[in-house]
Amino acid sequence: MDGNYIIFKQFNRYVTNIMLMIMVPVSTMAEVPSSEEMWKIIQQQQKVIEELKAKLEQTEHKVVATETRVEETAKEVEAAAEAMEQSGTGASTAASWADKTTVGGYGELHYNSLNDDNNLTGGNDDLDQVDLHRFVLFFGHEFNESLRFFSELEVEHALAGESQPGEVELEQAWLEMDLTNHHRARAGLEILPIGIINPTHEPNTFYGVERNKVETEIIPTTWWEAGFGLIGEIAPGWNYDLIAHSGLAIPTTGSSAFRPRSGRLKVANANDQDIAFTGRIRYTATPGLEIGVAGQYQRDVTGAADLFAIPATLFEGHIDWKHVSGFGLRALYARWDFDDDNSPVPGLDPENVNADTLDGWYVEPAYRFEIPGRVPGDLGVFARYENWDERNQITGAHRFEEFSRWVLGMNWWPHQNVALKFDFQNEDADGPVDAIFDGVNLGIGYQF
Amino acid sequence: MFNIIILSRFSLIIFLLPIISASAFANEIYQTPEDFIEEVFAGHPPDSNKLWITKDIKQSIRNILEHDLGVLRLRYWSKDGRSAWILEEIGKERPITTGIVVNQGHIEIVRILIFRETRGWEVRYPFFTDQFNDAGLVNEDKLDKSIDGISGATLSVNAVTKLARLALLLHEYAKKGKD
Repeated sequence: MDGNYIIFKQFNRYVTNIMLMIMVPVSTMAEVPSSEEMWKIIQQQQKVIEELKAKLEQTEHKVVATETRVEETAKEVEAAAEAMEQSGTGASTAASWADKTTVGGYGELHYNSLNDDNNLTGGNDDLDQVDLHRFVLFFGHEFNESLRFFSELEVEHALAGESQPGEVELEQAWLEMDLTNHHRARAGLEILPIGIINPTHEPNTFYGVERNKVETEIIPTTWWEAGFGLIGEIAPGWNYDLIAHSGLAIPTTGSSAFRPRSGRLKVANANDQDIAFTGRIRYTATPGLEIGVAGQYQRDVTGAADLFAIPATLFEGHIDWKHVSGFGLRALYARWDFDDDNSPVPGLDPENVNADTLDGWYVEPAYRFEIPGRVPGDLGVFARYENWDERNQITGAHRFEEFSRWVLGMNWWPHQNVALKFDFQNEDADGPVDAIFDGVNLGIGYQF
Repeated sequence: MFNIIILSRFSLIIFLLPIISASAFANEIYQTPEDFIEEVFAGHPPDSNKLWITKDIKQSIRNILEHDLGVLRLRYWSKDGRSAWILEEIGKERPITTGIVVNQGHIEIVRILIFRETRGWEVRYPFFTDQFNDAGLVNEDKLDKSIDGISGATLSVNAVTKLARLALLLHEYAKKGKD
């Protein structure tokens, strides 16, 4: 019970007694004490009143002191909370560095069981393999609010080294500086902004175990070059990229002649490349929808070391639509045009291997939904039709032929950053080719 | 051999225009948290309150963000059934600072205040953030409406969506605390 209240009650009782004594009826006056006795009583009671007053003051002091201590304790708790939060978010020098440095990554493990449907040509190319296709780590660091670094280090096929199937690759290592709120400059080793998969290739972001062939053979994903350029936006939802970079140096002879994928020197002691320019416009102002158009020009796609000069242009356009209902649609078209040799002594004609124009396209409808019941995550089903030009790999008759492929399958995302994949593929080709692969693929992929 | 002369010429062209037009380097603060609070309470913001992260709240935060917030309490502003929150979540690499107003259990405003990621900046535009308007919670911590993503900005979209769910949940906890 409140101390003030108790004291107040006692005080009240004494005052009531005094009042009663004063109001005693005349008939009882005979029993009333003498004035001396009364004086004595009054003095005693006065003493009690003063003692109680003193106690009341003392209690009031205590209450004030308690209030002060509560306030001080609250301040101490606040200070302790702030100190704990600061220690947890990088107040020290070391923590501050860590706070500005980020680590991430992705990886994918594949199982391919594919039959070569064209055994009679070029031998049996059946495939039955398990492969840790990619293991990638990101490292980023922010020097200050306007200047940052980002890198992507990859191990392909698990085992790298001499005579081993894999390799260690540095796919990104660039510096980026903000120029304004809407424009940034970037320089270094950078993934080119062409297509859907090349810029965004984390395995949980696309359907199918393997990347589609159009964005493998026509757009040689993953495709990075050394360069510098600008990225930004010209209006809300209208983004641009403009980059000057090292170009391809595609071979002009052998089984890979004019194959764009074989022209990537990967910025590894890359001599004899000519300069290339890539630009892209991307529309994203409607949520769920991306429409992109990219173009590239290279003055000499065979590189500067040989006697030939083959100008090349690449055009790419795509749509990527993920409707809120779960329906999705991806479609892409890409095309290379290799011009005639414009060197002083022309001697090379891409048309000889059917490579003056190489193109490909695909369309991929899909439907993704949350799995009802206790199974966590989302399930997505898709169908993809691909059509692309590729070397036929037939000894003595090397040329590009038109391939096509159906892929049907599903992704299960138990978590938005983890995907388990299954698909069935069926390939075909319009001309004589070495291998046509039919079969199934299984995969797991993640990013963090 | 890499054609250095051509490279230099183009680099000059590429870099000159934006640098000339740029008045200063930017740090991508679209609105300060202070200005946001001032604006959403029409220039008369209430004193801030603090929501202590109790065991229950901590678990709820973990269910949504999949990690702890790393703070012992959260500051918020509350008046007439509305509460305003300044929350941060990492998309791919860097935190996205977001201002969110919850009114009577439904989202009134989602606004990106500071964006630090290297891509996915489209999430700051109303064409994306307006999708959250009037969203509430179902099944404890899920939004009662679907949000369309942005291609190439999936991680930023996920981060902002998580913050919207979190603000709705914290609004309920703050309301319970006051009751």
